[in-house]
Amino acid sequence: MNMTNTSEQLLDIDSIRKDFPILHREINGKPLVYFDNAATSQTPRQVIDCIVDYYENKNANIHRGVHSLSQIATDAYESAREKVRAHFNAKHNYEIILTSGTTHSINLVANGYASILKPEDEILVSAMEHHSNIVPWQMLCKKTGSKLRVIPMSEKGELVMEAYKDLLNEHTKLVFVNHVSNALGTINPIKEIIDLAHEVDAKVLIDGAQAASHLIADVQALDIDYYTVSAHKICGPTGVGMLYGKEELLNMLSPYQGGGEMIDQVTFEETTYAGLPHKFEAGTPNISGGIAFGAALDYMNAIGFEVIAAYEMQLLVYATEEIEKIEGVRIYGTTPENKTAVLSFNIEGLHPYDIGTLLDKMGIAVRTGHHCAQPIMDFYKIPGTVRASFMFYNSKAEIDSFIIALKKAKSMLS
Amino acid sequence: MSNIQERQKEIVEEFSIFEDWMDRYEYMIDLGKSLPLIQDQYKTDENIIKGCQSRVWVYGAMDNDKLDFTADSDAIITKGIIAILIRVFSGQKPEDIIGANTDFIDEIGLKEHLSPNRANGLVSMVKQMKMYAIAYNSQQNKA
Repeated sequence: MNMTNTSEQLLDIDSIRKDFPILHREINGKPLVYFDNAATSQTPRQVIDCIVDYYENKNANIHRGVHSLSQIATDAYESAREKVRAHFNAKHNYEIILTSGTTHSINLVANGYASILKPEDEILVSAMEHHSNIVPWQMLCKKTGSKLRVIPMSEKGELVMEAYKDLLNEHTKLVFVNHVSNALGTINPIKEIIDLAHEVDAKVLIDGAQAASHLIADVQALDIDYYTVSAHKICGPTGVGMLYGKEELLNMLSPYQGGGEMIDQVTFEETTYAGLPHKFEAGTPNISGGIAFGAALDYMNAIGFEVIAAYEMQLLVYATEEIEKIEGVRIYGTTPENKTAVLSFNIEGLHPYDIGTLLDKMGIAVRTGHHCAQPIMDFYKIPGTVRASFMFYNSKAEIDSFIIALKKAKSMLS
Repeated sequence: MSNIQERQKEIVEEFSIFEDWMDRYEYMIDLGKSLPLIQDQYKTDENIIKGCQSRVWVYGAMDNDKLDFTADSDAIITKGIIAILIRVFSGQKPEDIIGANTDFIDEIGLKEHLSPNRANGLVSMVKQMKMYAIAYNSQQNKA
């Protein structure tokens, strides 16, 4: 193999695209070019089939029936939990709490800390967080009287690590940072963040929502305390995700919701809670979603995350080169090497909403606006950006269509 | 001066000339450039139509018995959309604005802008204009 590998050689893009039925539909009379993958990824046939198969062959409530169908559904669900555990290399499968997604996972942890934190305690949160990662901590601080402090971000869209070190002290109890920024794609140095936090005995929650589709976090190797993921960003269905937590930390947190499945003994005087993971999984879960979450990981692992990352990097580098040829383009965030396949940009003098509206008319789906990360937009003093985010099923040809459409939009709006 | 229904009909006819969506948007962008601009002093929080994509201000003032609107937005397509609404509602009596239907929005294919996740959707713009009409109408009735 020579050094100038083309993207086609890395993976068989045509055959991969065949797995995704939605990529073959039209939008506004034009072939769909789906570049809003950071909001949600598309779903391959294998995952869709898994959901259909569940309702056609396995549907029963889990963990309680004595009948065979309930056992079949329970086995499928628990085998998905095991797939998630193996993927993130957690020590025990009961350290994987299946939730409705990242937001649910974060709220679960925040709720658990409500009875632990004291007024003198401090929580650190990065300046590049998604709203869902800011609001729960604000609510928690209101409840406990603890202080919320912000790790600043540089012009390049990277966390200022010196400032982070200065913020850490003996009062710091929790640090919340996303693994990858949703608005900019920046990959944060989580190993360093975790090690520094552990020096002052603070725990760290890493929001992996934007990272999980591009790279694998080994929770043991990185010594991660809590990690959250949404399945719909990694080719899985919506409404399901996970919270990983170290066993001793999850045991320390009180349950988030009361209900069925999460109890051990119930009398009117007292209820004792079930053990992990059931303590945090009250009620009937999203069973088909959980099973399909496992199928989505199988699908991506069969392609291989190293291949995915290398291919997406090629797409990002190509898109960056092409877009920079357009006059007046400003890209927000760091260089391709330090981020996932996200291109967040503006064109001088044009509003992102106008660009997004015209791109949509040409069949191209991008996100415009503040990407639920208003503090980042305030930092750059802009109303928002246009965000094109790529996945392994996108092609170079689609980037060409995107660039042509962008030039057309620019000429219409100028 | 044509009435609200006639103006709506005119706009529907204009848009029907364009076969392609891109041409319609090109036309809307042009309309946006001719929008009667709101004076800076009225670009206040109370005149802003809240949404997360682009900022829109609409201001209404009486000229004798007719209501005139001015507006602005930082997004040009949004300006075009308001320009269309202003062409329909500006220079009309408040009671006529209150009672007017807005079927033309469907007919020119702008319905997608009505959906709630299209921030600054037409619905809130129309609502703001009708609120002005209601406010001035009740003032007139008192006087």
